[in-house]
This record gives sequence, structure tokens and C-alpha cells, in this order.
Amino acid sequence: MTPFRQPLGQRPELLRMAQVEKTFHGGVIALRNMNLTVNEGDFISLLGPSGCGKSTALKLVTGLMQPTSGRIDWAGEDGAGEKGAGDLGVVFQEPTLMPWARVMDNVYLPFRIRGVPFAEVRDEVLEVLRLVGLEKFQRAFPRELSGGMKMRVSIARALVTKPRLILMDEPFAALDEITRFKLNNDLLALREKIGCTVIFVTHSVFESVFLSDRVVVMAARPGRVIEELTVDAPYPRSEAFRTSAEYARYCRLASNALHRATGEAA
Amino acid sequence: MSVTDSRTPPLDHEEAARARREQVLRIAKWTLPSLVMVLTLLGWHLYVTLWEVPHYILPGPLLVLDKLIEDWDLLWAATLTTGRLTLLALVFAILGGALLAVAFTQSKWIEMSFFPYAVILQVTPVVAIAPLLQIYLDSPFVAALLCAWIVAFFPILSNTTVGLKSTDRNLEDLYTIYGASRWQRLRYLAAPSALPYFLSGLKIAGGLALIGAVVAEFVIGRAGTGLGLASTLLEASYRFNFGRLYAALILISLMGVTIFAVMSLISHLALFRWHESALKKDG
Ligand SMILES: Nc1ncnc2c1ncn2[C@@H]1O[C@H](COP(=O)(O)OP(=O)(O)O)[C@@H](O)[C@H]1O
Ligand SMILES: [Mg+2]
Repeated sequence: MTPFRQPLGQRPELLRMAQVEKTFHGGVIALRNMNLTVNEGDFISLLGPSGCGKSTALKLVTGLMQPTSGRIDWAGEDGAGEKGAGDLGVVFQEPTLMPWARVMDNVYLPFRIRGVPFAEVRDEVLEVLRLVGLEKFQRAFPRELSGGMKMRVSIARALVTKPRLILMDEPFAALDEITRFKLNNDLLALREKIGCTVIFVTHSVFESVFLSDRVVVMAARPGRVIEELTVDAPYPRSEAFRTSAEYARYCRLASNALHRATGEAA
Repeated sequence: MSVTDSRTPPLDHEEAARARREQVLRIAKWTLPSLVMVLTLLGWHLYVTLWEVPHYILPGPLLVLDKLIEDWDLLWAATLTTGRLTLLALVFAILGGALLAVAFTQSKWIEMSFFPYAVILQVTPVVAIAPLLQIYLDSPFVAALLCAWIVAFFPILSNTTVGLKSTDRNLEDLYTIYGASRWQRLRYLAAPSALPYFLSGLKIAGGLALIGAVVAEFVIGRAGTGLGLASTLLEASYRFNFGRLYAALILISLMGVTIFAVMSLISHLALFRWHESALKKDG
């Protein structure tokens, strides 16, 4: 059974952040004592006000930054091991596409950097484009696409290498609400098909509850984890879940936690 | 689907006026400059004939045309000479400017050490440098080439440097996460990001290369470049051959226009598919 269909407690561990701290030059404590275990198949939301260190946490996981103290360990490694380039997919708030490259070439990028010829991965590229519903646009240039479609290309690029972990930093924050809802649904549908592990940064209570099975609520100044909420509602979640009493209850819980987070920070 | 109805819906007053205005502007864009040209030539001709201006002060347009045809062999050879010098200077400017820009962006130390001197070279008038080049360089042709090169390379250097640094920060991060090498970063990310900047530098450099070539011909003379358009022009002025002088001037100006048009075309062909600047107005 794929890990994401197993109950939360029984999934194999993938990544562990232990007592991670990050202090920037100038004394800003972006993260203090962050502990987070990511298990295979988890859909985790980092929920918190802006400036609470969500992006910093993701950057630490990517290895773009080193923690000031604490450890970030990947399963199956002795801690010091380098992770392969196939282990991560990243989606930013902006689609972050190369405007001069066609959709298919943008999605091919991770393979190109690894030196894999296009002919060898053409099927993977086309398959992932089909998954995000853009196979007809494989030869289009980014500027010909709407904001939502660009974001789909960005997601396809993150998925194409079948990474062990996908990091998404407020990917839908700049989109209109209708597009955002659509992409939320499609993201969950994608997960049903490929069973990816996701850390999803958002400052929307509704989005975090709808998407994830674990909501990690963070507070700012200093950035830290306030509490973790388990959303124990079964997948697949459809549009009907959005209007259910269960959804409303989880939203209330998350919202209260967020109030405590911002209240404490004030 | 209702919009694709074969009957176009009637335009309201404002939209109709806008459409009319756009059409008028489209036509005027070509007709107005042509009209100005015709009127100028006519005015020139009338002035010269009615006031009986002697041809060694101001030749009429017909005389210039006569000279252009009469001296065509000589003028065409001169055009080729100046054209060769200009193109060669431009090619070296592209190579030098782009390579230097890559060096600048690969190493902050190189940039800090040498950028000020590139600026000094640029702001010093080339007319003042040219005689020195002539003294120190054995080959006058190399001196002339260097002279034109100095003028042309700076816009390529500065634009390409800015362009290579204009890469999207998140894309940079993505390349790092995927473990891209320095070369891959340059080839697949920095170079395409720099392309629009490089091309607008190229447009400027094309014009400047011609200016540099003309200055070189003036200062270094026939020894360096053979008989180019500018030396022809200078000689014609010594001999009061004003018909030929004007003919040479017109050819130099046409050459400048041609260079600009070719550079614009290259730029358009390279960018029109993906770059916003090449976007036609929507709709
Ligand atoms: N490179 C940096 N240098 C200095 N301070 C930074 C840097 N990046 C982020 N910060 C600070 O760290 C804190 C957390 O930032 P960030 O992780 O971007 O928060 P979030 O993504 O939750 O909005 C903020 O106060 C921010 O100003
Ligand atoms: Mg952020």
C-alpha cells in the first residue's frame, strides 16, 4: 500500500527537523527550536502569519541555507549524506518559468540539468503535462498561458522527477479565488494518483484544512511552531468537503490556533 | 461562441471613433514622413534654382542625384570599404563585449578591477584617442578598427552585464536545488535572460560602430582604411565637389538606417515568440 493511504501514525519517516534554529545576520530570529517530522505520504501545511519563518523552514529543507543550529536528517542517511537532485520538487509563489522556453522545455529542466537527453524522458514529461491537464499546451510559451496554467506548469516541473518531497511556498496566493479552488481540487486529485509527500506553505486557514492531513501552526518573532493539528478527514476530498460541518470544525480549530499564534506574538 | 457571429455587431460611437483614429494613425505613420521628405526636396530644389545658389555652396538635389549616378563606381567601392570596417568593428565589439560581460558576471573581482576602465574608455572622446592609436600601432587598419571598436563595444558590455545579472532569483534557487553547474547556469539561465538586453545593446552598438568607422576615416585617413565614404566626403570638401560630398553623406546616412533596420529585425526575430517587449498590442 502506498504510504499516503496508510493512517498517519504508520507512515515511514522521511525527514526530521530537530531543534532547528535560524538567526539571520542582523539578529532576526527567523526560526527557534523547530521540530518537525515529515513522513512519507504526509500532506503538511505550514500555516502562519507572514514573517513567521515558513519560507525559511522550506529553504532549510532544500539546503539553500544551513541552520544556525539543530539538525535536518533525511531517512536512510547518516545525517551528513547529500540528497540527490531527484529528491525535491519546489513550487514558488510565482510560477517561476523560463519565458524563453516552451512549456515542455520548462518541465524538462530538472532532467536537462542532470544531463538526461530529452528523448529519454519525453514520455515522463508528456505524462506529467497530461496529469496537470496541459498536454495541449506543451509547445506554448509561458506568456501565452493564464496565471493558473503557468502554476500548473510549475507543479508539473516539480513532479516530473517523482521527487520524495515536494515543497510549495504559497503557490496559489497570487491567484484569484476561483482558480485557487480549482487548483486545490486538482492538487488533491494529483496526490490520489501519484501519492506524493508535500509541505505546503500558506496563510489561508481554509486552504490548509482542505488540503492537508497535518496543519502546523506557526507564530512570528521569533518564528516557531505553536501547535499541530491533525485533519482526520478521509481523502479523496471533494468540493462537498468544503461545505461539510467537519470542515467547518477543523477550520475553527485552525483559526483559533492561528489567533493564539498572532495573539502571542503581539 | 456568439462573438464569432458572421455579422459584426454595430460599434458604438466611441468605439467607431477609436477605430477611425487608429486607421488614420496607421496611414499617417508612413505618409507624413514621406510628405516631409518630398516637401524638403522640393523646397531645396526651389531655393537653389530661384535664388541661383552656386553649386559649390549648396548643390541642388538633382545635381546630387547626377553625382550619385556619375560617381557610382567610386561611391559604391567606398561604401563597401566603410561597411567592411563597420561590420568588423561590430563583430569584435560583440565578441569582446559579450565575453567581458561573462567574465564580469562570473567574478566580482574581475568586474571591480576592470569596470571603471571600461567606463573611462567609453567617456573619453574617441577623436582624442585616435591619433594616439595611429602613433602606437604599426598598422593603420588595426588603428582604425580599434578606434571603431572602442566606440561600439561599451553598450554591448554594459547591457549584457546587466542582462546576465537580471536572472530571476527563484530560478537561480531552483538551479541550485537541482545541482546545476556554473556552465549550465550560464548556458540555460543567464544567457537567455540576457538576450533582450544584449540585443538592445546591439542596436546601439551598430550605430556607434558606423560613427567609430567615420571618425577613424577622418582622423586616420586613407592610409588605414582605403577610400571609405567618410574619406571620400572629406576629399570632396577639399575640392569643393559638393555634389559628391552630399552623395557620400546620403550614403553614410543610408548605411546607418540599414544597420539599424537589420539590428531591429534580428532583435525581433530572436524575441518575438516569448518576450514581452516584442508583444504586439493585444487583440
Ligand atoms: N535573507 C534574509 N536575511 C535577513 N532576514 C531575513 C532573510 N530572510 C528572511 N528574513 C527574516 O526572517 C523572518 C522570517 O522570514 P520568512 O521565512 O520569509 O517568513 P514567511 O515566509 O513566514 O513570511 C522575517 O522577519 C524576515 O524578515
Ligand atoms: Mg514566505
